[in-house]
Amino acid sequence: MTRSELIANLAERHPQLLAKDAELAVKVILDTLGDTLASGGRIEIRGFGSFALNYRPPRQGRNPKSGDKVQVPAKYVPHFKAGKELRERVDYPAK
Amino acid sequence: MTTLTKAELADLLFEQVGLNKREAKEMVETFFEEIRQQLEQGETVKLSGFGNFQLRDKPQRPGRNPKTGEEIPIEARRVVTFHPSQKLKSMVEQNYSGTTPA
Repeated sequence: MTRSELIANLAERHPQLLAKDAELAVKVILDTLGDTLASGGRIEIRGFGSFALNYRPPRQGRNPKSGDKVQVPAKYVPHFKAGKELRERVDYPAK
Repeated sequence: MTTLTKAELADLLFEQVGLNKREAKEMVETFFEEIRQQLEQGETVKLSGFGNFQLRDKPQRPGRNPKTGEEIPIEARRVVTFHPSQKLKSMVEQNYSGTTPA
C-alpha cells in the first residue's frame, strides 16, 4: 500500500468526510510523526508500536570509491518497535 | 520532551483539518488500523516522505531459557521492520545530532 492508496482507503472508511480531508489528515499525521522524531521526541501508539531515536557513535569509515579514510560523526537514526497487537497480527496465524 | 500519542494526533486533526473531535479520534484510529491490516495481509506499506513498513520471515532458530539453560527452539515467525525514508533520516540528522539521546 502506498501513501495515495492509504488516503483512498481512509476516504472510503470515512464516507462522511471530503476526500481532501483524508488527504490532509494523512499529511498532518505523517508530518507530525516526522517533526516529533526530528526534534528528538518519542512516539507511542498503543497496539501499533513506538518510534524513538537510536544513537550511532562516531566511526572511522572509508570512501568506497577512493578508499580514503573518513571520520563519520555520531548521529541518531529513527527506530520502530512493533507493539503487541501488531506483532501478533502479522505473525503466522497457526500459533 | 513528552511522548506523542494518539490523543495529540487527534487534537491536531481537530485544529488543522477541522474534523470534529469524534471524527478526529476515529481518523487516527483508522490510520493505524489500515496500516496494521495491510501488514497482516502480508502487504508492504510505503509512505513516501516518512518510510516503509516491511515484513520479514524469520526461520526457526535454537534458543535457550535464560533462567534454566534449557534448550528450546524459537519458532519461525514473521516480523515487521520499519525503514525510514531518506528525508526522515536527514531531518533527524540535521535537527538532532551531537545532542543527548531522547
